[in-house]
Amino acid sequence: MTEAGVAHVDVEEVATTVDAVAIRGVTKRFGSGDGEVVAVDDIDLSIADGEFFAMLGPSGCGKTTTLRMIAGLEFPTSGSLKIFGDEVGTLPPNKRPVNTVFQNYALFPHMTVLDNVSFGLRMQGVDKATASGRASELIDLVQLSGMEKRKPSQLSGGQQQRVALARALVNRPKVLLLDEPLGALDLKLRQEMQLELKSLQRDLGVSFVFVTHDQEEALTMSDRIAVMHDGRLLQVGSAEELYERPANRFVADFIGQTNLIEATVADGDMIVLGNGSKVLAPSDYAAGTPVAMSLRPEAISIGTRGSVPAEHQADSLDGVVSTAVYLGHALDYHVSVDWIDLEVRAPAVGSRGRFQPGDEVSVWWDRSSNWVVAD
Amino acid sequence: MSGITEPRGWTKGALAATSWLVYFFFYAPILVLIIFSFSDSRNASVWGGFTTSWYSDFASDSELTGALWNSLRIAVVATLVSVVLGTMSAIALERFRFRGQRVFDALLYLPVIIPDVTMAVMLLLFFAQAANWFGFSKGFGTIALSHIAFCISFVSIVVRARLAGMDDKLEEAAMDLYASRWQAFRHVTLPLIMPGILGGGLLAMTLSLDDVVITQFVTGGGWSTLPVYVFSLIRKGVTPLINAVSVVMLVASMVLVALSLLAQRLRGDDAI
Ligand SMILES: Nc1ncnc2c1ncn2[C@@H]1O[C@H](COP(=O)(O)OP(=O)(O)O)[C@@H](O)[C@H]1O
Ligand SMILES: [Mg+2]
Repeated sequence: MTEAGVAHVDVEEVATTVDAVAIRGVTKRFGSGDGEVVAVDDIDLSIADGEFFAMLGPSGCGKTTTLRMIAGLEFPTSGSLKIFGDEVGTLPPNKRPVNTVFQNYALFPHMTVLDNVSFGLRMQGVDKATASGRASELIDLVQLSGMEKRKPSQLSGGQQQRVALARALVNRPKVLLLDEPLGALDLKLRQEMQLELKSLQRDLGVSFVFVTHDQEEALTMSDRIAVMHDGRLLQVGSAEELYERPANRFVADFIGQTNLIEATVADGDMIVLGNGSKVLAPSDYAAGTPVAMSLRPEAISIGTRGSVPAEHQADSLDGVVSTAVYLGHALDYHVSVDWIDLEVRAPAVGSRGRFQPGDEVSVWWDRSSNWVVAD
Repeated sequence: MSGITEPRGWTKGALAATSWLVYFFFYAPILVLIIFSFSDSRNASVWGGFTTSWYSDFASDSELTGALWNSLRIAVVATLVSVVLGTMSAIALERFRFRGQRVFDALLYLPVIIPDVTMAVMLLLFFAQAANWFGFSKGFGTIALSHIAFCISFVSIVVRARLAGMDDKLEEAAMDLYASRWQAFRHVTLPLIMPGILGGGLLAMTLSLDDVVITQFVTGGGWSTLPVYVFSLIRKGVTPLINAVSVVMLVASMVLVALSLLAQRLRGDDAI
């Protein structure tokens, strides 16, 4: 990387135009007949070189299966899977330029930390001295120097996690696959590791494919996120895109908190809410489509009944506070509006502006902050 | 501090008494056997002063030492072969799914369940038929084959228990780290199941060394193992010589069983 020859630049340019991972129409079925499970259902996915990519979804949605197909531990039932342009469909895992950090680390219990970390190099035929040297560098990188001679059982969960990371990275994979790597750690350690992983990925410039069921983790760490549900890929996008423009009801509900207000598309840019009131909410759905209007709790304003500013009259509802919870930085209200219950997140300002359960209030929102989703 | 599950009062006394009684029934005869193997009297149940001559008689009796040599040779062959086959079948049953697996599974454990005599008769008939077709004589080969037949089951059970307790993600991790299937087995699976293999092997050796019933049925051509030979001597009357031989066999068996248990108890991470 020190030489800046023309040829070198060309290579770099070619490399960056090819997707690190390209998945096209991949389906994975387990079992047959009545017991058949479609774990992954016809997904298309492109992961760029150097990208921190998260796969997010509830347990059982097919994240691990997708990751295992990239690793070669599972083969697609149909579809095409390329790694840096090479079709890898049924190539065994030891022939692929990717490495995995397994969900429960899967460290070799009978080997020392050093032997665990040098394993991949040894299997590739690197001699013992060189392999140990490289392994030591990686052990330093994950801040475990001095623990080389320990067995995995003599390490804490966080330390085991680092060994798993070093063991995979020592091979300089072109793509690193991580299956809920922080799932077993307690909250504080998990947050520390999130930052470390993120900066490690930035320094190395290697694509990370990070599987998690924790949406907050995915939002804070990733360049892009793929949301999966029931084996299907629902949406791929940046944290902002997913949060502000969710593709459907599931994504809106899964990413962050939101109020989903049932409605039907009317003429023009209007929708009709469940209580019959018409609200301006542009969308591409045809008239008559049952939809939901997503309103984030922090996008809703709350005030005493009748205090709605003139420009928001058309986007307001009257209700009664049912609960009020003080969160420190904010106040969380639940407001009963005749046919629904809305969650409202208001900034905590002096005690004067607070409402109590039973208070009659109005809520309103900015026209640009609502978003219409269908199933 | 005594836990809720700890026995109290008369229960405690009764349980203690029962344990002692059990130990007495177990070990009193062994103690008697050991004592009388040092008795200087031709009558095996009369104490005639201390001597070690029965042990030197054993060492100089060519029939006995020959039988002992036979026993050892058969035990070694039976152990080696059954360890390899038993381990392979354990892996096949634990790691792969194939047609007829349940049947194979049940059949493999049959030798553990069926009585020795039944097994012996089965093998005898089998060898009689085989001898008709292929024309071989009974002896070392038939005994070794029979021992292999029942030892495989025991090895397989012990190794399988070990495999079942092993995280199968470990082999995947090895292959993800550029190991071939064989390398993954050699560097990860094998070291981790080694305590099971050692334990199973020592158990097989013990069973082979101790077997009387099956060996007696399938032997021929003057071939005899130590337990079978001792059994034939007993018909002529129990002498202190037999006591001495019994003590030797007992000690050997106990050592092997102890080693077997020790091997199985080894943690995977100490077993390279
Ligand atoms: N080896 C397998 N055999 C049968 N079903 C499987 C297997 N692996 C995964 N599945 C099924 O596929 C679906 C997706 O599983 P998985 O990819 O592990 O989900 P996730 O990682 O998102 O929790 C689940 O319904 C699971 O039960
Ligand atoms: Mg999973």
